[in-house]
This record gives sequence, structure tokens and C-alpha cells, in this order.
Amino acid sequence: MKKLLILGGGTAGTIAANKLRRKLSATDWEITVVDADDNHRYQPGYLFLPFGTYKPSQITKSRRKNLTKDVPLVYGEIDRVEADENAVLLTDGRRLDYDVLIIASGVTPRPDQTDGMTGDQWGDSVHEFYTYEGSVALAKKLETWPGGRLVINIVEMPIKCPVAPLEFAFLADSFFKDKGMRDKVEMTYVTPLPGAFTKPIAAQAFGNTLEEKGIAVEPDFMLMEVDNEKKALVSYDEREVPFDLLVTIPLNMGADYVARSGLGNEINLVPVDKFTQQAKAHANIFALGDANDIPASKAGSVAHFEIDIFVENFLEYIQGKEMTHRFDGHANCFIETGGKKAMLIDFNYDWEPLPGKYPVAGIGPMSLLKQTHLNHIGKLAFRWMYWNMLIPGRPMGLPPLMSTSGKRTDLVTAEK
Amino acid sequence: MPTTTINGHDVTVDDEGFMTVYDEWDEDTGKALAEAIGVDMTDEHWQVIRFLRNDFKDQGATPTIRRVSTAGGVDTKKLFQLFPKKPAKKMAYIAGLPKPAGCV
Repeated sequence: MKKLLILGGGTAGTIAANKLRRKLSATDWEITVVDADDNHRYQPGYLFLPFGTYKPSQITKSRRKNLTKDVPLVYGEIDRVEADENAVLLTDGRRLDYDVLIIASGVTPRPDQTDGMTGDQWGDSVHEFYTYEGSVALAKKLETWPGGRLVINIVEMPIKCPVAPLEFAFLADSFFKDKGMRDKVEMTYVTPLPGAFTKPIAAQAFGNTLEEKGIAVEPDFMLMEVDNEKKALVSYDEREVPFDLLVTIPLNMGADYVARSGLGNEINLVPVDKFTQQAKAHANIFALGDANDIPASKAGSVAHFEIDIFVENFLEYIQGKEMTHRFDGHANCFIETGGKKAMLIDFNYDWEPLPGKYPVAGIGPMSLLKQTHLNHIGKLAFRWMYWNMLIPGRPMGLPPLMSTSGKRTDLVTAEK
Repeated sequence: MPTTTINGHDVTVDDEGFMTVYDEWDEDTGKALAEAIGVDMTDEHWQVIRFLRNDFKDQGATPTIRRVSTAGGVDTKKLFQLFPKKPAKKMAYIAGLPKPAGCV
């Protein structure tokens, strides 16, 4: 009996376990998942909690219940991976051996990594919405916040769901309009990027939307510290942006055990081959979802498409064959723009997000890089799809690799 | 890919003038590139540029500012002093490496 051990029972770990369990014979392979608790959060829901759109109970389910019942879930904190011994040590002393290891422990926001961020103002005028607790606390803050200078800030890329800070800005604009207090709020979007987004054509579209909504952009802002006394962000090039309420996206880092095990880069991401997700340092370790260092968005949609390809490769790998499938970095994301509208983007390693139709060329029904009500319905419907299709590993009918069909490829020359 | 002449040599560059062929670079080229963007090279500058060159060779990608500060041992504040305003871009430009991939 061979052992496949999966560290992390979130989006990537659960999908991989559920899909592989169906493909691997129960007499040949044991699949086990390790996680610290039983709370599987629907992380896209963190965006909606601060505005009261979702209740906390709508975004949490049992990790155990999301996993097929023939995959054991071990509760425990990981101390480290002993890659040379093919073993994982838990902090309580238990030792789990493996033949193949999947690291799927994602990334978490680390406010402690920025000077002053967790100072006196933390939880008072300094908030975040990338954790369940943070998002709930921000909802409470916004209920009674009288207005003033709202600053939305990204500390450093990469972050989970790189469009989420933009969505937060757009939804906040709508939220204050609905409360009849938009004129009392001055909004600034402070980013280390040269514009609203990483890729030029989408950056232009999102930049226009920020402008339409009267949200100022402070680009190329490398945050040095949060000055608690002045209540201001201070950059390395000595710019200051004062705030009354700061909503920051702290530095996102992989799990600390990855660093303790010597498996991570400077932000604890596991360096992998970008086409197969096989760790560069160890042939029997793979890193899936946010935990790896592929140059793609850190997003559930990437994990989903990536694992479709990974499963094919894995079946070849365990037979000692060469892995012949190549993941292309495919991502698609809905971007809430407020007023019950949303945009949709679809892209990969080689093609930036472009206008067009999705998933069927010329027909859609979704429109890319355009604000439509249908995209908003898609975004809301996605929560159901997540729990009922994506996480159980059921086929969603979307091809894993990106298609250029239906996209305005004439707007760019492909980077490859 | 366009080519341009730097310090008497023909080199391959991208649309923004970042060199794209690792082995077309040498330290004289780096010095000329630095002059072109108004950076006066000192030993501290060279320490950073040499780290970038070696790291690119090992890792296959232009290191981020965070990587230069953690693995290269020159803190971010210092990098902003050495390469004012846009250190990530300026370091890569002088080192003859691809523009750091803004993440996705």
C-alpha cells in the first residue's frame, strides 16, 4: 500500500483528494489529508462579509464533510516535513510517512511583517478582510463608521485573489452610496503596482472604473511602515498617505512549516515546475494551489484548473512515466464592480485578460472585461458551484486550459 | 526583439530597453546602463547587481526586492537609497536582466 499525504484541507487539498480518490485503487493507494481544524471557509465570501451581503454561517462548512469519506482527515499542526526521510512530523510528536507528498497549505496574510501594522491602531482604524476574523471585525467597524479618509492598500504582490482589493473598493463605493454617505468618504487605492492591476489591458479597464467611482490611485507605493501616531502609510520613498480607516492587504506568505522544512522561498512558497507543480528540489513532492510559486494568480480557479491537469500527470508519474500534460496558468475571476454588476476575466501564463465572450466564442453568455448584471449573477452563483461542484471534484464542463477563441487577441501580440 | 548599441556592443533589448540575453552583459555594459539612468555605481551598487546576476543564473528569474533584501542581505530602505524611486526596475535594468515580472 502506497501513501499519498496531503497537507491542507482547503480548496486545493480537498479537490485533489476527492479527484485522486476516484482515480486511484483503494488497495494500492491510501490518501490522507492533514489540517489543523474542521473549518473549510469559502474565502471569496470574505469580500462580502464586511458589507453584510453574506452571513458568517454561509461561508463555512466542515472540512471532513467536504472530503469523500474514504479519505481520512488527520487533525494536527505540522511541525515540519523531513523530505529526506519521506515523513511529516506534527507538533504533538506524531509522525506520518508518505510515498508522495502534496503541499496545499495555501498562504495567509501576515500583518506582523510590516512595521507598525499590528500597532495601537490594529483592529481600531487598521483592518483587513483576508481572514474570517478580520472580515467579521471590519463588518462591525463599517456599521458605525462615520466616514472620512478610507485607504485601501496592498502591501506587496503576490496576494490571494489579486482582484479582491479592487472589488473591495468598488463595493465600498456602492455601500456608502446606499447609506447616503458617499460624500463623506474620500477613497484612495494605494498599490505597489504601477496601476490598478498587473496586466495592462485589464489595468486600464479597472483604472477607468476606479476613476468613474471617484477613487484616487496612489501607484508604485512600496509600504515601509504604518505610522500609528499620524495614522498614515509611509513608503520607502517617503510618501505619506493619511487615513481614518485603513483596509490593508498584508504581505501574504506560505506556511511557516514550509520554511522550517527548508522547502520554501523567501515568502515560504514552494518552488515548483510551473507546468507540473512538481517541487524543484524533491521529485516526490508537489505543491498545489496558493502554496506554490507558479507565476499565476493565487485563486481557487487556478487551483481548480491546475488540479485537472495535475491529476492526469499524477497518474503518469506513479507509473514511472514522464508527465506529459502542461498546466498553462489558466485563471478566471469575477470582479464585483458594485451596483449588482461584475466583470469577468479569463487569462493564463501567456495571455493577459482581454475583452470578449466566455465560455463560448461570440455567444458567451458571459462578457469579458465588461460590467454586466449577468457576471454579477455568475459571481453569486459561484458559491453554490464551489460547495457542490468544485470541492467534490465534479466536472464543471469548463476546459482546464485557456482558449483564445472569443477573445480580442488582436489587442495584443501574445507574449510567447 | 529590437537591438541597441550599448558601450560599443550590439545587445538585444525589449520594448522598454531591458536586456533580454543574459550573456550579452558584462560589467562595462552595466556601468553604461547605470549612467544612462543617472545611477553612479559604487561598491554597494555592484554588490547588489552581482547578487542579481548570480541569483538569476541560479533561479531563472529576476529576484524581487524582498528576495534581494532577505537572500542578498541589502535591506529595502538601502535599495531605495541606491536606486531611487523604482529600485526593482532600475536594478534589473542595470544588471541586464528581464524586468521583474509584476505578479499576477
